[in-house]
Amino acid sequence: MAKNQYLIFLGCAIPYRVSAYEISARKVLQKLGVELVEMPEFNCCGLPLDPVSHEMMLILAARNLALAEQKGLDIIALCPGCAGTLKKVNKMLKEDKALREEINKHLKESGLEFKGTVNAKHIMQVLIEDVGLEKIKDSVVKPLTMLKVAEHNGCHILRPKEYIGFDDPEDPQTLKTLIEATGATCLDYLDETECCGAPSVGVSDKVALQLARDKLNHVKQVSAEALITICPFCHIMYDTNELRIEKMFNETYGIPILHYPQLLGLAMGMSPEELAFNELRVDTSKIIKQVVEGEK
Amino acid sequence: MSEVEDKEPIKASEMDPKFKYEIAKMHGGEKLMRCFQCGTCTSDCPVAKFSETYRPRQIIRMAQLGLKDRVLNSDTLWLCAACFTCTDRCPQDVEVASVIRVLRNLAAEKGIVPQVFKEQAMSILESGYAYKIPDLRIKKRETLGLPPLPRGNSEGIKKALHGVSFLKHLEKKGE
Repeated sequence: MAKNQYLIFLGCAIPYRVSAYEISARKVLQKLGVELVEMPEFNCCGLPLDPVSHEMMLILAARNLALAEQKGLDIIALCPGCAGTLKKVNKMLKEDKALREEINKHLKESGLEFKGTVNAKHIMQVLIEDVGLEKIKDSVVKPLTMLKVAEHNGCHILRPKEYIGFDDPEDPQTLKTLIEATGATCLDYLDETECCGAPSVGVSDKVALQLARDKLNHVKQVSAEALITICPFCHIMYDTNELRIEKMFNETYGIPILHYPQLLGLAMGMSPEELAFNELRVDTSKIIKQVVEGEK
Repeated sequence: MSEVEDKEPIKASEMDPKFKYEIAKMHGGEKLMRCFQCGTCTSDCPVAKFSETYRPRQIIRMAQLGLKDRVLNSDTLWLCAACFTCTDRCPQDVEVASVIRVLRNLAAEKGIVPQVFKEQAMSILESGYAYKIPDLRIKKRETLGLPPLPRGNSEGIKKALHGVSFLKHLEKKGE
């Protein structure tokens, strides 16, 4: 299996409304020599239905894994929810023979079988483990030393620890390390690992938005010039909803929310246009100006 | 569940002593009985911080006591954001978020399914995606220089999901 070739798994949220993440991720991965192979038959990872039918989630996830096995390629997922689900189900089905047989009965109906021969990884895991920090640092032509930012990981990259087994959920370092590779400073702030609240949207918007508000307040307290995310749902919570939160609580933040590949792309010398900055809701002109002037 | 309801006395007739075994038989519910009510889950829960009613410890206790109807009909059951902080920090290794998911699945079995999940399930069956991706977005991909979106395989998905009991809720309410 070629180390730098993966099937790209977009999931649902990204094609639905977070194209800046996909555009920037594809650009930086290409620059780093990661080859993305399209898989036209992939379906939803299954996670959205786990609350109402664990069985349905297992089948949908297993179907994607079985499709990847047919191609003989590992999966790279941009969304931590997808990556976490595919990882968890991969582990469950590998370890539990009875469950595997039960799920395979379903897959057989469409000519598929789960064997457990591929891995699923989140983009951040591919960057740090397969591409490697040195190669990322080497790709930086315009160090973003003028920027002070904060990071937000998103829960499913890290939890539940037993199934994900990546970084330390209580004190995650990978995203910070990747941010610092761009030359930017990554600031610490209160309750860094707290959830964005996205999964509670639709059940109680009020509770969900208060979670996001809390985060934005903590980020503002340390005067971060941007918040860096690596999850489409967290990004929606902070970027799409930032104005809504400002209005609801009569506060102002003005904190741009960037997808990590957008930050890395800037450091690689790509333009904000190439990296789809125009797709972001919160005004980014101030940090773009800083980056441009920082060049001089 | 409102706070008033919470404080209603528990009647012995409400308790189903077999309920905890039913949960323990399901994936993720195995360790329910280990909970000794320390409250780590609730004190570390980001949702409990802002909700007046959502308390994971209480949900776990209701499940242990067999307060089946109360817990399965509780609105708060659907507030969990599945961040898994409780699961990772539980000193008894209960997998709190998974027990809550098991309870949600049991509520769904009884027909208690928030509309959003029905819509997502329908969308997955039809298109492979949990949300209906607008045609405009699909067309826009070309101008943005993105490869075509995976078209999914609706037939294949339907075949694989054949016999899944959750689908009955869609047939009834989807029409």
